[in-house]
Amino acid sequence: MKTRTTTGPAEGWEYVIGLEVHTELKTATKLFCGCPNAFGEEPNTSVCPVCLGLPGSLPVMNEQAVDFAIRVGLALDATIQRSQFHRKNYFYPDMPKDYQISQYDVPINARGHLELPSGRVIGIERAHLEEDTGKLIHRGGHGRIESAEYSLIDYNRSGVPLLEIVSAPDIRDPEEAKEYVTELRAILVTVGASDGRMEEGSLRVDANVSVRPIGETGFRTRVEIKNLNSLRSLVRALEFEGLRQVHLYEDGEAMIQQTRFWDEARSVTGALRLKEEANDYRYFPEPDLPPVAPDSDLIEERRAQLPELPSARRGYLASLLPDLSGDLRETVIADACWPYFRAAIDANITPARAAARCANELTALLAEIGELTPTRFVEVLTLEDRGELGASQVKILLREACVDAATVPDLIAKLGLSARDQRAIKSMVAEVIAPFADEWERYLDGDEKIAGFLVGQVMRKYGRQISGADARQALVELGDEARKSTD
Amino acid sequence: MTNRIDQADVAHIAQLARLSLSGEELIEYQSTLSRILEVIEVMNSEDLSSYPPMDHPLETVNLLRDDVVHPGLDREVVLAMAPSSEDEYFRVPRILGAP
Amino acid sequence: MNDEILDWGIAELARRLESRDVTTVEVIDAYQEQIAIQEPEVDAFLSLDLDAAHRRAMDQDDRRSRGETLGRLAGVPVALKDNLCTMEFPTTAASKILEGWTPPYNATVVDRILDQDGIVVGKTNLDEFAMGSSTENSAYKITKNPYDLERVPGGSSGGSAAAVASRMALVSLGSDTGGSIRQPASLTGVVGFKPTYGRVSRYGLLAFASSLDQIGPLTASVEDAALVAEAIMGHDPRDATSLQEVAPSLVASLAEGVRGIRVGILTNLVETATPQVQASVLRAAEVLTQSGASVAEISLDELAFGLAAYYVVAPAEASSNLARYDGVRYGLREAGSTVEEMMIATRTKGFGPEVKRRIMLGTYALSAGYYDAFYVTAQRVRTLVRTAFARAYADFDLLLCPTSPTTAFRIGERSSDPVEMYRSDVCTIPSNLSGDPAISIPAGVDADGLPIGVQLLGPALSEQLLFRGAYAVERGLR
Repeated sequence: MKTRTTTGPAEGWEYVIGLEVHTELKTATKLFCGCPNAFGEEPNTSVCPVCLGLPGSLPVMNEQAVDFAIRVGLALDATIQRSQFHRKNYFYPDMPKDYQISQYDVPINARGHLELPSGRVIGIERAHLEEDTGKLIHRGGHGRIESAEYSLIDYNRSGVPLLEIVSAPDIRDPEEAKEYVTELRAILVTVGASDGRMEEGSLRVDANVSVRPIGETGFRTRVEIKNLNSLRSLVRALEFEGLRQVHLYEDGEAMIQQTRFWDEARSVTGALRLKEEANDYRYFPEPDLPPVAPDSDLIEERRAQLPELPSARRGYLASLLPDLSGDLRETVIADACWPYFRAAIDANITPARAAARCANELTALLAEIGELTPTRFVEVLTLEDRGELGASQVKILLREACVDAATVPDLIAKLGLSARDQRAIKSMVAEVIAPFADEWERYLDGDEKIAGFLVGQVMRKYGRQISGADARQALVELGDEARKSTD
Repeated sequence: MTNRIDQADVAHIAQLARLSLSGEELIEYQSTLSRILEVIEVMNSEDLSSYPPMDHPLETVNLLRDDVVHPGLDREVVLAMAPSSEDEYFRVPRILGAP
Repeated sequence: MNDEILDWGIAELARRLESRDVTTVEVIDAYQEQIAIQEPEVDAFLSLDLDAAHRRAMDQDDRRSRGETLGRLAGVPVALKDNLCTMEFPTTAASKILEGWTPPYNATVVDRILDQDGIVVGKTNLDEFAMGSSTENSAYKITKNPYDLERVPGGSSGGSAAAVASRMALVSLGSDTGGSIRQPASLTGVVGFKPTYGRVSRYGLLAFASSLDQIGPLTASVEDAALVAEAIMGHDPRDATSLQEVAPSLVASLAEGVRGIRVGILTNLVETATPQVQASVLRAAEVLTQSGASVAEISLDELAFGLAAYYVVAPAEASSNLARYDGVRYGLREAGSTVEEMMIATRTKGFGPEVKRRIMLGTYALSAGYYDAFYVTAQRVRTLVRTAFARAYADFDLLLCPTSPTTAFRIGERSSDPVEMYRSDVCTIPSNLSGDPAISIPAGVDADGLPIGVQLLGPALSEQLLFRGAYAVERGLR
């Protein structure tokens, strides 16, 4: 395992963090019934006797949810095993049966691991299937649970399949927690199990956090933080909570094992004022559901079908471009970019150029406009690689290729982007600067400031056809030639 | 007769089960539950360690369904059953006690 | 004519309807008249809708006159235990917590009865949520034994048993978690059958103990039980514990007899019974011997642990199954200033004392620190029971024992002592723990004229043989 410099909550202290990530699986229907697994439906419209817990209704397991769980397990290098659902018994109005069907001592996925971009490996204790609850809306008291006058319930989310991925307490600081969630999210999206939309609640994070003096090896009392709805909340909540715990220890106060929630508005974690009742969930095997025992052939089939995961993409990218910055690298390996990058590499485009165009232009264009096939992308980059188009021309062309389905040569003609080589550009630059003899002399004498003026003149005339970088390159070459001839 | 369960236990499990018992009921249930537990304890007279727990009479696995949408219930029908509703929602009293 | 109609079994009724000896409306009229006489005495029903039954009867007569082929239960008046969901009747499980609740769906068994053109006349009384052995635990009424109105009909399917015994319905459905079909059948002199776990879909049955519950028929004859069983058995995709196996045909093989069949008398269960009940079991054994079966004795002492295991597993599962009755989505709601107070008030008001007792017992058995000692041990006993049965079935094809150690007891006699009441189920519980099929067959009456039932047990999926045995016993004892 690689070492990494971590940032403790305070001098001499370190964090011990474990994360529980709940991800909604991208199935068509709920975990135990045929109601649609949809977001944003009218309240209480995606419901049936099963997900409303009506008397006499029975759960029947969704095959696709098992399949997604297997794929995630394989991606996390976990052991896929025969599993049994249990009932977790407690009363809460958003839970129609007043028990949650979840996997307890025998989860479908056990003991895996996840390698972060930093190279650090975080243990995965388990990834198990369970059903989501309904949604509570609090009325009165500014919509906050603690001051509400009453609450309303929408059961559309009740029974939506969740995969809860529990990490080992291997995470050592808030930034690493963020890195872990980002990486896990990328994996979930890549294997097709989740859409990874944190803002829609399809990825929810609870954090278990404790602190300890550096050098101590045991675990101290941990606190569970809920309500972490964004990566920013996650980082800030962990930072706040770490410091709070250090202060408590330094003041000699007792640390209580408790559940706290992150109050985004006030930037603090607070203890939920729930009635104190020891958690006694009275787990027992769910008698309505036979065990799930994934077939070994199915597991092997899924293993073979597993897409290239972020860590593998990262490794491949590093072999081509060892010095690429972390940000660029993460953008390129993202699902949106990766097929384009791979297509470009397969077409022998210069890796650095492919990476730059993916990260700088493509991501924005895809997010903003949408349609561009990897083939057309590669076609444009090939022209740039051959020196037939300059960088600014390529940018214009890529944008146009997203909105106009015409062939690339037709687009070039339409835009007046006559493809040129560097020699042509040089003559265009020479033509523009010819009337500026004084400025030219000053440039040759080493006045770098005047270079900007000259490039500006070129761009005014030929901005659509050649890039600033190409113009400057031509200017440098012209300058070198002029100096050489006077020597 | 020994009391296998005391009144505090009865009160605790009643709370877990969301039931409230009067003083009289507490005494009544303590007594009958103790009698029943006495009967149940017969199990412990036998060494059962060689018999694995049988979770279920069925020995089948993987009774799964296809991921296909089926029609559910209309909201009107669902909310008509609700003891209390508001707009399109079920309504319940506040979750937490008064501050 | 009416009395004659009430005497017909399903097959006879079908023949008469087919040959136009009688119309479906006349059949329902006969039953309506009988209900008018008997129901005020017996109190078997929680709801009745004879107008709807009439409409269905008229419709069936119309269809028949148009030459349509009707289902196998055409014209058969059916009573349903009120823990089976029905869109046409309220479904209360005899509990205040569901008073007036009508489900927007039918139980699978109800759909199957309707598919075969059975005519549902009403919903029958039971011990609240099927928890009891006497039908005294109903929140609404106490059903009486038609043989002696001072006595209980057994339970929890007491209403279903009494309805058939008093001929207010030709057949009924009950549910059996620890003997709740067979024991009342025995106490009211009717046939009661509990199928192999998984044979009949539990979808729409208000769950008591999910790993033990099975739905089955209560009827006047073994043949009728076979017919109804055929109608309701078979895989249901809405129940993940429903067996994939194709349900066996039962009626066709009834008369095949028991020649060469090995029957074991479960002596340790026989010993729990009164002398008159023991004598009935021996008479049944004799009948089987005369029919060509070989009969010998066997003792399965392990079954003695069954009662203890049952009173852990069933309440444990029940405590969880009954959590949903919380006043939020349906049924009773009592006021409370917070959700928790509302739930407590609702459940405290809505559940009767026996239901509360079992919920608390089950909650205790599952709670931290007790789970292994109670729940896990009880599940080990289930394995023990199954092992014992496996040993018996190495030597025998079927087992014979009493259904209930006693005949019908007096109303109020055992209601003050739950443990005494629980012992009523000692002979029926083992089959629920193992998941095996069992059937109770009427076997005469005792000195007070109270019915006695004997029970045949078979290994899992042995329904066909079990019914052949039951048919032989029935014929031999008649």
